[in-house]
Amino acid sequence: MTTLFDRLWDAHVVAPLDGGAALIAIDRVLLHERTGAAALNALREAGREVQDPARVFAIMDHIVDTLPGRTDRTLMPGGQAFITETRTAAEAAGIILFDVGHPDQGIMHVVSPELGIVLPGLTLIAPDSHTCTQGALGALAWGIGSSEAEHAMATGTLRLTRPKSMRVTFAGQLAPGVTAKDMMLALIAAHGAGGGAGHVVEFAGAAVTALDMEARMTLCNMATEFSAFAGLIAPDEVTFEWLKGRRYAPEGTGWDAALAQWRTLRSDADAAFDAEIAIDASTIAPMVSWGTSPQASVAVTGAVPADASPAMLDYMALRAGALLIGTPIDAAFIGSCTNARLSDLRRAAALLKGRKVAPGLRAICVPGSSAVRRAAEAEGLDRVFLDAGFEWRESGCSMCFFAGGESFAEGSRVISSTNRNFESRQGLRVKTHIASPETVAASALAGAIADARDWAHG
Amino acid sequence: MAEPFTTLTAIAAPLLRDNVDTDAIIPSREMKSTGKTGLAGGLFAGWRYLDAARLPNPDFVLNQPEFSGARILASGVNFGCGSSREHAVWALAEYGVRCIIAQSFAPIFHGNCIRNGIVPVALDREAIAALAGHEVQVDLPEQTVRCGDARWTFAIEAEAKAMLLEGLDAIDLTLKHRDAIAAFHARDRAQRPWVYLEHPHA
Ligand code: SF4
Repeated sequence: MTTLFDRLWDAHVVAPLDGGAALIAIDRVLLHERTGAAALNALREAGREVQDPARVFAIMDHIVDTLPGRTDRTLMPGGQAFITETRTAAEAAGIILFDVGHPDQGIMHVVSPELGIVLPGLTLIAPDSHTCTQGALGALAWGIGSSEAEHAMATGTLRLTRPKSMRVTFAGQLAPGVTAKDMMLALIAAHGAGGGAGHVVEFAGAAVTALDMEARMTLCNMATEFSAFAGLIAPDEVTFEWLKGRRYAPEGTGWDAALAQWRTLRSDADAAFDAEIAIDASTIAPMVSWGTSPQASVAVTGAVPADASPAMLDYMALRAGALLIGTPIDAAFIGSCTNARLSDLRRAAALLKGRKVAPGLRAICVPGSSAVRRAAEAEGLDRVFLDAGFEWRESGCSMCFFAGGESFAEGSRVISSTNRNFESRQGLRVKTHIASPETVAASALAGAIADARDWAHG
Repeated sequence: MAEPFTTLTAIAAPLLRDNVDTDAIIPSREMKSTGKTGLAGGLFAGWRYLDAARLPNPDFVLNQPEFSGARILASGVNFGCGSSREHAVWALAEYGVRCIIAQSFAPIFHGNCIRNGIVPVALDREAIAALAGHEVQVDLPEQTVRCGDARWTFAIEAEAKAMLLEGLDAIDLTLKHRDAIAAFHARDRAQRPWVYLEHPHA
């Protein structure tokens, strides 16, 4: 009656602490340039060392520029200091850095699985709330603050109170045109942005095991929008097949030994969870958010709820009861650790092929990693995006969030494949609608929120 | 290392809304420092200022004379949700906030508070409505909040309480377990060798 989470937790308990907490071993730490220098410099100033630098990775993703031909210069005022100081601090600490221009650069939650830095059964932390993305491989991966990153690097552990466990079962099969993004928006819309608070959420059920690895990452990515401590999917043959041969994955007999252990990483049939949610996957429609919380989402064919919060309506300049389809948009963004992997770009490109985005609309595609960008270019997807009128960028977080540099025009309305629709997340007073990459692509073509199913090439 | 916290008597500034996210507490564009200081000016910048020249918004609670420099905030559910940026807590601490009374907290933010000497107190909606805007006394050893004749108790993990009370540094606490950590690694390395990467590994 053991859950997958129990197994991960028990395997990492170093020592019990007072009050029911435990010292938990941390297998991987990822840093980014936004907070990497602060964490590493604070350690150094306290006279402490990174205990095992080989298991720490630093990646430039948050504030690096994504315009073609980029350098250390970034449009964020003062941003260059974050980049150069993180570089210096990583070098001094002996930590590998996927720097600007490095072939492995990209958004950390895209790069880490790509390289097999995250593996089933590991604990992995990063000072970024979307670290939960990596739970898709059956790892316990969660976001922390930078003091905790310091703690993990200095001690190889974190002090943790055991979270509760929840299982979200998506039974049945998704309808055509419905994606992992829609599953998460539907879950959060139904159970609230706080629905998973304090829980490690294991996603299970036929509709989850049917997802490919990249879609599983999209699903776990938004566990944090559900306020979950972490998201998890039990590793299976899909996971193992996907991981085999990746750079930091074990090889040869090491792989066999790892595989034998990974196959035990699942919840028992009679495992008891602290909470359970069941959703019939066949009832889920393509979703789009209308408000300033991911919970404020409805089917793209639906309307703004009659009881919508007046503050949200005011910010979003929408009326209760208004249909979402046809709402004019100023810009479209395909990017982020949620939905900018190769499969996401392929699905968007399939709609864009041979078409043009609406006149006057700003459309941007930012591949999730430099490897994704190269793979997309190898199959000509960059041409499809460019010909349709999209900008084709270098990889990074880019306009998923506004750091004071580049952003969408003040007050503009953006449809975005990202994960957060908070006020001013993508620029001052920008109105963000989050949706799947295909919904973003179709809306870019229509110049208004659109149902991608109406735009599928016959 | 944070200043120890025992009791605090101050006015609880009312920020009575739900889901105050870390982007609101400190907008990304205000995180200009590569360190942990120089952030207080950007606290709640989107709500606190009317324009880029930082003309104060008179409607925002911290711009009202009785609440300016508040040491205690009173708020709603899921305080500190969103981005994990610890800058949100650094900015609050630098501004002088030592305690946040809310209906609930986002977990990463909650952990960041403990590590930076801010006491996160969860109380129910009625209690918060009653105390918001008034002088309250927060007593961490007793785990109580008093306001006038009313008194509420709050829960806090023993570990977090100890750290806040003594202003302890978590790393020093943990390094007392040095032997247990070494023993774990020796055992684990034999069982899961693939976890332990060689260096250099570029
Ligand atoms: S892409 Fe967006 S959500 Fe993902 S790590 Fe970057 S800023 Fe955060």
